[in-house]
Amino acid sequence: MAKDSAVKKTGAEILVECLEKEGVEYLFGIPGGVNLPFFDKLYDSKIRVILTRHEQGAAHMADGYARATGRVGVCVATSGPGATNLITGLATANMDSIPLVAITGQVRTDVIGSDAFQEADATGCTRPVTKHNYLVKDVRDLGRIMREAFHVASSGRPGPVHVDVPVDIQRAAVEFSYPEKVSIRSYSPTVQGHPLQIKKAVELISQAERPLFYVGGGVVLSGASDLLRQVAEKAQIPVATTLMANGTMPYDHPLYMGVLGMHGKYATNTAMQKCDLMIACGARFDDRVTGNLAKFSPNSKKIHFDIDPANIGKCVQVDVPVVGDLKLVLQDLLDNLPGKDHSAWIGQIREWDREHPFSYDKNGKGPGEFVKPQFVIHKLHELTRGEAIISTGVGQHQMWAMQWYPARSPRHFLTSGGLGTMGYGFPASLGAKLAFPKKDVICIDGDGSFQMTMTEMATAIHEKIKVVVIILNNYYLGMVRQWQELFYKERFSGSCLTTGSGMRTKDNEPDPNSLPYIPDFVKFAEAYGALGLRVTRNEDVEPALKRALAETRPVIIDCVIRPNEKVFPMVPAGAGLDDIIVDMA
Amino acid sequence: MKQRPAEPKHTLSVLVENKAGVLARIAGLFSARGYNIDSLAVGETEDPSVSRMTIVVQGDERVLEQVEKQLNKLIDVIKLSDYVQTPHLERDLALIKVDADKADRSELLQIVDIFRAKIVDVSADSLIVEATGDEDKIEALIGMLSPFGIRELSRTGIVAMARGGKSLNT
Ligand SMILES: Cc1ncc(C[n+]2csc(CCOP(=O)(O)OP(=O)(O)O)c2C)c(N)n1
Ligand SMILES: [Mg+2]
Repeated sequence: MAKDSAVKKTGAEILVECLEKEGVEYLFGIPGGVNLPFFDKLYDSKIRVILTRHEQGAAHMADGYARATGRVGVCVATSGPGATNLITGLATANMDSIPLVAITGQVRTDVIGSDAFQEADATGCTRPVTKHNYLVKDVRDLGRIMREAFHVASSGRPGPVHVDVPVDIQRAAVEFSYPEKVSIRSYSPTVQGHPLQIKKAVELISQAERPLFYVGGGVVLSGASDLLRQVAEKAQIPVATTLMANGTMPYDHPLYMGVLGMHGKYATNTAMQKCDLMIACGARFDDRVTGNLAKFSPNSKKIHFDIDPANIGKCVQVDVPVVGDLKLVLQDLLDNLPGKDHSAWIGQIREWDREHPFSYDKNGKGPGEFVKPQFVIHKLHELTRGEAIISTGVGQHQMWAMQWYPARSPRHFLTSGGLGTMGYGFPASLGAKLAFPKKDVICIDGDGSFQMTMTEMATAIHEKIKVVVIILNNYYLGMVRQWQELFYKERFSGSCLTTGSGMRTKDNEPDPNSLPYIPDFVKFAEAYGALGLRVTRNEDVEPALKRALAETRPVIIDCVIRPNEKVFPMVPAGAGLDDIIVDMA
Repeated sequence: MKQRPAEPKHTLSVLVENKAGVLARIAGLFSARGYNIDSLAVGETEDPSVSRMTIVVQGDERVLEQVEKQLNKLIDVIKLSDYVQTPHLERDLALIKVDADKADRSELLQIVDIFRAKIVDVSADSLIVEATGDEDKIEALIGMLSPFGIRELSRTGIVAMARGGKSLNT
């Protein structure tokens, strides 16, 4: 053993050393009373601390970094309010199985439980929204716990892990050597698919006439996108993806049928209903995908590949469940599947898509001229060839982004699918841009979502993180408005973001010129030293996008769109996939 | 109101890390996912680093499958077994404080005797009865004692063990 293996180190030094050994490049967060010993040691470390303006931003940045790279994202907060501010970010990561390690300071161990200043039961708060968490009560456990935290976060079904470190533990010194191995007796995820189950799956696939891959975010997480493509090509099986799996197949691949689910394609949703074999890969039969379960794909056999046994049989009973890492399972399939021709079936899906493609009316009707939201994203796709890293907020703009920005590669479409967290997009884009400084990173956001975390513009400016934020500004919580228009008799209760200003009262349309929206996003950008552009006509979209892409500062493009734009197609909540509404006509 | 037929009860034995927070984690899982716990008993095992929880939960097969899978996902859960198909013993321990006038005492003693329970404390007008047995027996005893007036009832919840030589941790 090396001579320095038993040198005395403080808890704070151990934390830094563990992060360095894990290869952590960035640490997102905010200091406070009880994590100062840790921050003091970070001062001498090569880990770059990104000071965020809110801990939610820190968690989302770490998450954006993790989704873009596949590595563990790390964030840090102080006790009490710092820790509670992280919760939304941890819950977001938890629902989408994103590997994070969150480190919080905690009050001294001897005052825990006394309602000390800035004390909160942080592990109690994060328990239901993390994969695992730890309260460190003895500095001798700290190294092991950090090692375990990274291991648990990144293995099996990934997820966020929280480590709560009281300030006296950060100060305490102990003889320390970095634990080379992790072993947790009660934790060993199944990674290899059971050979018998694989055999059954191969048999079903070989017999199927109309097989369909239903691909979810698990394929991205496992790094199995390329294998999936190879399996699809070998067995000539068409592929439909969920929101979370945008980019697992190159968007222009002949076997890629597009996105499915509530606002997915008519063709893919119809194919889900009509296939005779559904092969679910790293997907969990979410209600936004299946619609009404009683009507869901009634005549198909189903195979389900997933790393998490608890996902299997949770919503839908399947014929062949296979628990394992998609990377290994798909390799088994590739080795064992015979080639086959399904051109008639593929042609049928293509035909459905020709009947009802994603579409929009390029010259929106009504008074005034407005930008078409779909057009903005369509143009962006064209200019960036589908190769930019996109992040989104939650709402209509997110669905338009999914429809009109099919990505070329995995890890290029960052969105809060499971929790549906408004405010995710902007900070996530910052984390992704730090990981990939040479790539175009663009946040397609809503005016409501952006306002939830726009405070991180200061972080973007100070840390010189150039991203483009495209706000599809409909002056509304648009998705809420859409539901109110369709299902609540146009009673727009609590969904207009500008009541009393910004709207022309006569025809209830935005009036960006005489009555500005609050806040004025262009002035907001300028106040921070970013570039702000406003676009109110389709012909101004392309020049604005080009200018934004060429700019070196962060950019906000405020695209003013009609409030009554709607996302179609749509499977209404509770309806079956067959009841998909193609559009309003 | 029409009563739904009661869902079958399952007795789960769960070996967990004997650490702070584990009980909260398990209880939290049940409340978060809306599973119904009938009873939960915890204690140390032959290995002091391991605790054993006996959880009685109601639900159909699908619910139970999810309960078990979700429990197994918890990092602190080492091993789990559902005894629904396994011959096993179940014991609940109850302390029952009953009103006991002079006039009622001999009748009470008889009941206690029949149930092979014990009187463990006496006062001028009350008794504490200690009883162990499976749930049915304890319920029956409580039924017999309640006409006398039960002042206080404290139960451990069920602990369980499979019959035969095999142990849960092998
Ligand atoms: C934090 C949070 N609060 C509330 C919601 C509910 N919600 C879903 S979509 C939506 C509207 C989003 O508005 P905006 O960001 O402007 O996007 P748009 O639908 O207008 O494109 C709301 C309020 C949510 N998803 N997240
Ligand atoms: Mg909006």
